[in-house]
Amino acid sequence: MSVASGAAVQTAPKVRSLYRKLLRQGEQFAAYNFREYAKRRTRDSFREHRNIQDENQIQELLQKGVKELQSLKRQTVVSQFFQMDRLVVEGGKTGKQRGDRNDIMRQKDTGWVSDAQAMIW
Amino acid sequence: MSGIAANTVRQATRLCAKQSSSASTLLRTSTFRAATISGQKVSRRGYVSESKKDSAQVSIDTAVRADQKAFFNETSKLPENTIVGGTNVNADAMMSPMAGVLKEATIMDGGERPIYLDMQATTPLDPRVLDAMLPFYSGLYGNPHSRTHAYGWETDNAVETARKHVADLIGADPKEIIFTSGATESNNMSIKGVARFFGRSGKKNHIITTQTEHKCVLDSCRHLADEGFEVTYLPVQTNGLINMEDLEAAIRPTTAIVSIMSVNNEIGVIQPLEEIGKLCRSKKVFFHTDGAQAVGKIPMDVNKMNIDLMSISSHKIYGPKGMGACYIRRRPRVRIDPIISGGGQERGLRSGTLAPALVVGFGEACRIAKEELPYDSKRIKMLSDRLLNGLLALEHTKQNGSDSQFYPGCINVSFAYVEGESLLMALKDIALSSGSACTSASLEPSYVLRALGSDEADAHSSIRFGIGRFTTESEIDYVLKAVTERVSFLRELSPLWELVQEGTDLSTIQWEQH
Repeated sequence: MSVASGAAVQTAPKVRSLYRKLLRQGEQFAAYNFREYAKRRTRDSFREHRNIQDENQIQELLQKGVKELQSLKRQTVVSQFFQMDRLVVEGGKTGKQRGDRNDIMRQKDTGWVSDAQAMIW
Repeated sequence: MSGIAANTVRQATRLCAKQSSSASTLLRTSTFRAATISGQKVSRRGYVSESKKDSAQVSIDTAVRADQKAFFNETSKLPENTIVGGTNVNADAMMSPMAGVLKEATIMDGGERPIYLDMQATTPLDPRVLDAMLPFYSGLYGNPHSRTHAYGWETDNAVETARKHVADLIGADPKEIIFTSGATESNNMSIKGVARFFGRSGKKNHIITTQTEHKCVLDSCRHLADEGFEVTYLPVQTNGLINMEDLEAAIRPTTAIVSIMSVNNEIGVIQPLEEIGKLCRSKKVFFHTDGAQAVGKIPMDVNKMNIDLMSISSHKIYGPKGMGACYIRRRPRVRIDPIISGGGQERGLRSGTLAPALVVGFGEACRIAKEELPYDSKRIKMLSDRLLNGLLALEHTKQNGSDSQFYPGCINVSFAYVEGESLLMALKDIALSSGSACTSASLEPSYVLRALGSDEADAHSSIRFGIGRFTTESEIDYVLKAVTERVSFLRELSPLWELVQEGTDLSTIQWEQH
């Protein structure tokens, strides 16, 4: 028992760190659908396996997660090279979505123009 | 004395300033000359100045941005700016004269790229699949059939692993999987192969298929009919399912093969495969199923369903395009006459060098599909329910095909009193289709819907929504909102809708001929 809990103490931060890394890397996808999927899948699979106690199984899943992370790192770079226009749903969505969905005011991405204006003002 | 010294110093500094100013004008007029001059200066002075970072190195950020710009020019083609080949009309006007009116109906803010909801046509390549494929497009380029060197062995190993993944997904043996270029080739290979092989003896010359089959099956059968085979096209019930008694009655002693698709590509109905398989096995007839839309989306088991031949497509399960497989049972053995002859690859049934990258991608897609099947189907069911409930909440809409026996990722809905093509144009911000991609160029109503017995108007006003692994909730909500708004907008324009609102039964109207 004490051995298992001791091991758990060691793996818990590792798992949390992997989780954060996966989420952060998934955020880097240029394509909206892949980005959302990466985040959603990470979250869901960590939630699905949150109650696993078996040390071997935890290690196995960790290995799998690390592999996924490496693949994510490569694929996000590829995705950034071949970025397309944003989808209509993405818009310049800002802020948190609350209540009814799709009610957030979409803002046009003004890019450098705003900088130029800022300089004039 | 000191005055003179101060003077020389002053003169010297003035000279320096002059020099530097002339240098800067040079810089402005010709960068090249300025560069050489500064180079000379540097050599005279005897130290090396660092050049600017951007000019000396390829910055990844700038390269990415430049590439993106070029790629963006290629990809962001809006219908109003696209000239249809062979004409000088833009895609908008080509597809619908209503487009001009509908401009106001289409609101596009933020991004401009449409939402992809046409997963029956094809699916995006999963990044994990691409990750598995990339090594075979860069370093591992051996011919998998080369047995004499390591280049061949390594790709051969990868191909065999992929074959195992494909076999695992459908519960088959790896030896029963033949890689082809896609489901169309697999369908052709199965139907023509079996029919020709068993037709040679002259005892079997009959093929059974259904009216709602994919074009490639129907066309293969038509070809065989030209060669002297008899073909029965089974009708389907109004829900899209075949009637088992009809099938049983249609099977003759001369029947060589029964070909019935697992999941329909337009209406998504799932045929009762297990029963069909059992019936075919008991009558000793080969059972072929086109599983392009089913494999990886619903659980499939060739042994449980008694399937003898099955076509699988890679690009419908988030794999690369141009790849597919054909399952051919070994016990009891199904013998087929190969269409492509050559070097004898793939047990001589499909000669030609395999494309290891595509095969590996396909295998990886199958592996992922098997692993993610419970997660994906749960999610697709959830999204599909959300979309379907929302759409059916609109008045005068109905789902085509069976409402219980269908794959939730494929929803076909008819919006009465709205022209399907106009609605597609009104929904420019959503990539949808009214039927299969092969027939989307024509304005003919879908033959599948006609086979269900729905009338011309219903068949014209139907739209297919395909939901997949990468569809998000906000996309579904966006689509629901857009469809609701624009269907009511189009109905406001329609004189028929006005009549319906007044309570006139449209079938009683005597239309004047002109």
